[in-house]
Amino acid sequence: MIQIQNVHKSFGDLEVLKGIDLDVEKGEVVSVIGGSGSGKSTLLYCINAIENIQQGRIIVDEIDVHAKETNRDRLRQKLGMVFQQWNSFPHLTVLENAALAPRIVLKLSKKEAIEVAKKELNHVGLGDKFDEYPTRMSGGQQQRLAIARALAMKPDYMLFDEVTSALDPELVGEVLDTLRMLRDDGMTMICVTHEIAFAREVSDKVAFFHQGIIEEIGPPEQVIVSPQKEATQKFLSKVLH
Amino acid sequence: MGSSFFTPLSWNDSGFILTGVLNTVTISLVAIIIGTLLGLAIGFIRAEVSRFSNMLLGGVLDVLRSVPLIIQLILFSTYIGAIGHPLDPFVSGSIVLSLYTMAFMSEVFRGGFESVQRSMITAGRSLGMSYWQTVAYIRLPIGLRTVFPSWLGVALSVIKDSALVSVIGYMELLRTSEQLISRTQQPLEILIGVGLFYFIISYPLSLYGKYVERKMSI
Repeated sequence: MIQIQNVHKSFGDLEVLKGIDLDVEKGEVVSVIGGSGSGKSTLLYCINAIENIQQGRIIVDEIDVHAKETNRDRLRQKLGMVFQQWNSFPHLTVLENAALAPRIVLKLSKKEAIEVAKKELNHVGLGDKFDEYPTRMSGGQQQRLAIARALAMKPDYMLFDEVTSALDPELVGEVLDTLRMLRDDGMTMICVTHEIAFAREVSDKVAFFHQGIIEEIGPPEQVIVSPQKEATQKFLSKVLH
Repeated sequence: MGSSFFTPLSWNDSGFILTGVLNTVTISLVAIIIGTLLGLAIGFIRAEVSRFSNMLLGGVLDVLRSVPLIIQLILFSTYIGAIGHPLDPFVSGSIVLSLYTMAFMSEVFRGGFESVQRSMITAGRSLGMSYWQTVAYIRLPIGLRTVFPSWLGVALSVIKDSALVSVIGYMELLRTSEQLISRTQQPLEILIGVGLFYFIISYPLSLYGKYVERKMSI
């Protein structure tokens, strides 16, 4: 379970998160929507300890993420993350991309690491691309590679940071299909997304971020279909039209 | 016969020339290897540290890069002798040429490290890799590929610059040839021959570089 308690985060004088509270249960899919600059991506970076926080706590399976004694490299093994930019390692083949972290971080043998990598690549539909270099693949394929690469670490949670925003429109579908598949596998996920229809379809909970706070949170039928707050209504009418 | 002070070039001189060739190759190799290793370390530090420390470091490197090598060689070997530690020409030559190479290599490698996007490193960290693992498995391999052609350019120019070490008395190819010229008075043949030797040493390296570049292209 991920517990986010009164989290404040500033970049210099700019307070980006102004007291966020959010619980994510095992097996839940939580979508985070909101305008750009509302702090939604920053929250993911804080959960993954890529960014520090100024106040509050984030607890992942009873581990205090930002406590001094926390081993962040170990923590990140529990939290798979996929970014807007797929960040494939260009000097490695698809298979090597997915096998690298299992081998050097989890210290699996080369054979085991390759097995794990193959399994996850097959899972996301890249079974015929093992020896390809990622730069020769489409953005959608590279993004699926990024997902497989994260899954190969056997994470307990997946964090998705606007994973379809940098894709050409015709490639968005294949990546969303992969996310749907993960939900069906029972993966716990936090998706920061601009795909409102997708958020409505897959989420157990939707959180609407507005100016550094969660303005509205609840099941998609409430937040997306019949939002209560004015800011939510305004945002949705803008993105849906 | 034998009345002349000058004696023509003969096959007996080949051993002498070969020593010069070997010495050129040796000092070039030493400078390239040491310069590359030091340059790698300094390039990495420059890509990582704050602007201020970077300026200090950059200043020292700028001096090494801007003062002509021949002046550095003469200054170093005379000064070190004057303070009572005369060094073998090979040693002083190696030190100066290595530092000079380092100054250029460090800029090459700094560019390489900086060419790797931050987000790529963040992606590595998010997979649980440690800082040094991202250096070893992501930044180094990607950065080195990017800068390989520039690295090769510096390495090739070091071979040619090594001719300047002749001024402090190291018996490399150019100095051997100068001695032969003063004995034989056949500068044309000898200098053409020596130029050919530099070409023979450098050209395979540049061919090999093109081959590696093609293999590594991603």
